[in-house]
Amino acid sequence: MPRTLYEKLWDSHIVASLSDTEALIYIDRQILHEVSSPQGFVAMRAAGRQLRRPETHLAVADHAVPTRGRGAIADPQARAQVAELEANVADFGVPYAALDSAEQGIVHVIGPERGYTLPGTTIVCGDSHTTTHGAFGALAFGIGASEQGTVMAAQCLRQTRAKTMRVELTGGLSAHVSAKDIALALIATIGANGAVGYAVEFAGPAISAMSMAARMTLCNMTIEAGSRIGLVAPDDVTFAYLKGRALAPQGALWDTALAYWQTLPSDADAVFDRLVTLDLATVEPQASWGTSPNQTVPITAPIPDPATMTDPSERRETEKALAYMGLEPGQALAGTPITHAFIGSCTNGRIEDLRAAAAIVKGRKVADGVTALVVPGSAATRAQAEAEGLDAVFRDAGVEWRFAGCSMCVAMNDDRLSAGDRCASTSNRNFEGRQGPGGRTHLMSPAMAAAAAVAGCIIDVRELVA
Amino acid sequence: MSMEPFTRITGVAAAMPEDNIDTDIIFPARFLLLTQREGLGVHAFHDRRFLADGSEVGDFILNRAPFREAKLIVAGANFGSGSSREQAVWALHGFGIRVVVAPSLGEIFAGNCLRNGMLALTFVPEICAKLMDAAEAGRTFSVDLERQRVEVEGMEPIPFSIPPERREALLNGWDETDQILNRFGAEIAAFEAGQRIVQPWLYTEMQPR
Repeated sequence: MPRTLYEKLWDSHIVASLSDTEALIYIDRQILHEVSSPQGFVAMRAAGRQLRRPETHLAVADHAVPTRGRGAIADPQARAQVAELEANVADFGVPYAALDSAEQGIVHVIGPERGYTLPGTTIVCGDSHTTTHGAFGALAFGIGASEQGTVMAAQCLRQTRAKTMRVELTGGLSAHVSAKDIALALIATIGANGAVGYAVEFAGPAISAMSMAARMTLCNMTIEAGSRIGLVAPDDVTFAYLKGRALAPQGALWDTALAYWQTLPSDADAVFDRLVTLDLATVEPQASWGTSPNQTVPITAPIPDPATMTDPSERRETEKALAYMGLEPGQALAGTPITHAFIGSCTNGRIEDLRAAAAIVKGRKVADGVTALVVPGSAATRAQAEAEGLDAVFRDAGVEWRFAGCSMCVAMNDDRLSAGDRCASTSNRNFEGRQGPGGRTHLMSPAMAAAAAVAGCIIDVRELVA
Repeated sequence: MSMEPFTRITGVAAAMPEDNIDTDIIFPARFLLLTQREGLGVHAFHDRRFLADGSEVGDFILNRAPFREAKLIVAGANFGSGSSREQAVWALHGFGIRVVVAPSLGEIFAGNCLRNGMLALTFVPEICAKLMDAAEAGRTFSVDLERQRVEVEGMEPIPFSIPPERREALLNGWDETDQILNRFGAEIAAFEAGQRIVQPWLYTEMQPR
């Protein structure tokens, strides 16, 4: 019977079948961060348990850490949270990427970067953007704190088998259009809950031609369509990326692993529950205008007008979002002044993203009244960018060059919008208050956010560079 | 660890006729710096419930009688979407909420509910609309897990489905980790023994080179 990639990953991790749709699934790897892991360790201590396989874990502090520098954390709560993580990893023997080390970074950036993320594995983390790791053909999904405790103790989780969706990407992208634009256009089409219950596999000729960074951006954003699982079949691009990474198998084990990984792609005649196709030649640079990621338009299109909507719920949601965002129906999003630009996050904090942003700001200046920051996804990304001179490009343009962390994507540290601030952001969520209470977020690609930073307003990056 | 058993709850339902009430709305990220799971109810819907000066937003549903005592929330589509933070569930539980009803739910959120003695129920939009009307009218809801149905004054009981093992765990307050360890220890060991042979690279010490 032909199987999809998802079905192969699912089948190969069944410890016990519980019903037609549920199974106990083996978890190969768990990533822990300071914000979602404390309660799992509390449960372990309360039950007097040890981690079943501590060596399969990887811990790092990323969510609440300051990005202006490393060293002592000023915020007492954040400092206590990082100290608690450090005590937990020491007590339970969990590998840890220390805050001031060259291995530190956002969970979903360092996993791939270190070769910890491997095809064919199951990977969980107390973070919904764990979808990112699916770009390697890993079954990777976000879980809650209780489930983290379960994985620590049992290395297993009870899970419901997902339906399968294949997103076929054809055609080629135009200049200055990126994976972020594809993700936003797709979410605008299928909705913020359009993929609930599905494992989404991105496939088609355009995927084969895509870098790992672009694939990670796509998989990262599948949760914004409601899916816990985004996937890309492992191929030569995947293998070339992984070979030689610090934690990837080497020597004879690499060859054995490679032979196994090559069996993972969906069979040619595998059946998916749903098919969606997108011609990339039709995708323009996107920007969100509302408070849900599906509230996104191509930069050339006007903001929707609720008066023209027949669905009462859509009208109500549009009116609510426009009121929060301080925008007028029917107007162009281009030309809307911004106060902030944020380039970073697990969605767009990789070296390729920083290069794209640097290419736009090079030789230009951040507009007066705009605060722009670049927050690399990891210490290694930061070092690579500095080796390429990108930090100088950003600094010369008046962009703040920061240390790695989640930063203004989740606004748990002091990188935060104030009420009424408007941010061109490469992050993944434009929810109310996501970047600070009362803050207004416009999701877009690194090139678009960089263009907005220098223009002082949301702008079609193609106009800026023309 | 065990969770509070769920058998039958009775109370009013807070109507939230809005789509995409995400976990950032339910529990703003800045409160994630708190590491305890108790006492988070005060932060549930914080930025909707309170003004910047800490005073209450008068017309927010959970600030109005009788909905301050609500045990259910009836919401629009995609309630609990977004972040995996279990604090969203702990905060709702701390506020007194035991059941969430919506046309669709964030998957991680819904799973977190089941692990904390709460029910997350989805119904087709027509039924949700009726329940929304009943909630807005302040009618009393009962949710009976034994009989697997929602009972509302003046309405026919509405059946719901839930996997039998999930139901049993909720009725008894069983902890999932305990259940797995007690029932499947041998299966887990057998799986590892097999995987070690076919995927040995997953069993080497991960020491960076």
